Amino acid sequence: MSKVSMVLNGKAVSADVEDRTLLVSFIREVRQLTGTHVGCDTSQCGACVVHVDGKAVKSCTMLAAQADGAEVLTIEGLAGDSGLHPIQAAFREHHGLQCGFCTPGMVMSALDMINRHGPGNLDEQTIRHELEGNICRCTGYHNIVKAIKAASDQMAGMAQAAE
Amino acid sequence: MYETNYHRAGSVADAVRMLTEAEDGKFLAGGQTLLPTMKQRLAAPSDLVDITKIPDMKGIREEGNQIVIGAATPHAEVAASALVKSRLPGLATLAGGIGDPAVRHMGTIGGSIANNDPAADYPAALVGLGASVTTSKRTLAAEDFFIGMFDTALDEDEIVISVAFPAAEKSAYAKYPNPASRYAMAGVFVARHADGSVRVAVTGAGQSGVFRVDGMEDALAANWSPEAVAEMSLDSSNMLHDVHGSARYRANLVTVMAKRAVAAAG
Ligand SMILES: Cc1cc2nc3c(=O)[nH]c(=O)nc-3n(C[C@H](O)[C@H](O)[C@H](O)COP(=O)(O)OP(=O)(O)OC[C@H]3O[C@@H](n4cnc5c(N)ncnc54)[C@H](O)[C@@H]3O)c2cc1C
Ligand code: FES
Ligand code: FES
Repeated sequence: MSKVSMVLNGKAVSADVEDRTLLVSFIREVRQLTGTHVGCDTSQCGACVVHVDGKAVKSCTMLAAQADGAEVLTIEGLAGDSGLHPIQAAFREHHGLQCGFCTPGMVMSALDMINRHGPGNLDEQTIRHELEGNICRCTGYHNIVKAIKAASDQMAGMAQAAE
Repeated sequence: MYETNYHRAGSVADAVRMLTEAEDGKFLAGGQTLLPTMKQRLAAPSDLVDITKIPDMKGIREEGNQIVIGAATPHAEVAASALVKSRLPGLATLAGGIGDPAVRHMGTIGGSIANNDPAADYPAALVGLGASVTTSKRTLAAEDFFIGMFDTALDEDEIVISVAFPAAEKSAYAKYPNPASRYAMAGVFVARHADGSVRVAVTGAGQSGVFRVDGMEDALAANWSPEAVAEMSLDSSNMLHDVHGSARYRANLVTVMAKRAVAAAG
């Protein structure tokens, strides 16, 4: 057992957990935040993607202990007081989900790619390439790609308006 | 996953001590290979020694004519490095094509080469560029480091600290990824050095991991163009043969990837 502390969605949290506890188990079972999903056993599906210190990682392939001292952002941390995050709103608007199982991971990967490339700098080909680690069994990806492109462009507009 | 004890090392000496004291310990880098293996209960180390917080093992720097990459540097950082992109574009492409963005944020060059998966990408770059590997005990040429499938020259308590790549005049990597896993079905790294010598290193296809193709190296040294290798057929008797592809298919893929790599190197 070790004490693991992190800033989870802006709030300092800590708990004593077994060293083998995966970050996803810490988030879902210890912190009861069940938006982050587990869709596979092989680190391939991306349903579990969260951000650790600002970078997308698969929380099923990281120990909670590795994230000790880190800032962790999950899907629950995205929406602000004023409602859905622009990426979440774009997924709704463009029908980027059906069953919704992959969606939390898709949205967190989308935010990661927008952060890295800069809002407004994503084209369809880049988005498809960036989504290599996120599997969706329902949508056929088209509307997910559309939603991410729309969110990226909208966030660029928002950044411009703020300047 | 079986129970294990997690330790965080602050220095190389610290890490070696922690590992020696453990009953059956393993170094933990990005965990992108080790943790899936532990989840499947194919590995059950009593202790994990996290080496990613050791300052000496991180970052990318230029030393003379070499690019030195700390073993705990994640793939994403190598792919995005302005230094690597300008001096060794083939290496930047290779790192940017490993797995997916989340894997690249965690997985490290040291973990990749210590694991020496026959389908891993980095071994092709190390052998193709004639890199050297510095460990907690010695410095080894890449070709002496990789021994065979999942096998390296490393002792149990030996840590890879950094990898030094000589800057090449031209370099490129072309990979045919398995559509499901993204690992290489065949990946070919080509490099031409300032003295005119050429190296061609292949990963993903060989039964005992990375290998060089002498015939292609000679042909490219005489004539650096995709046509020089386009008609070459490789002996398939040492190629991997599995559910993903036959040995002959892989032999052919190597030629196609070699051609593409030379074209990309320009
Ligand atoms: C979905 C997915 C797709 C992937 N696709 C690809 C791909 O396309 N191409 C590819 O090449 N790889 C791929 N990988 C593997 C990935 O690159 C791993 O990151 C890499 O193989 C291991 O690096 P790591 O830092 O995660 O090491 P770990 O998993 O932490 O460790 C691996 C092994 O190396 C040992 N080790 C780690 N660091 C050191 C060190 N410095 N010195 C000595 N021993 C050490 C560990 O003890 C362990 O035995 C993929 C992985 C996943 C999960
Ligand atoms: S649960 Fe599938 S990648 Fe993490
Ligand atoms: S919406 Fe069902 S898996 Fe993607």
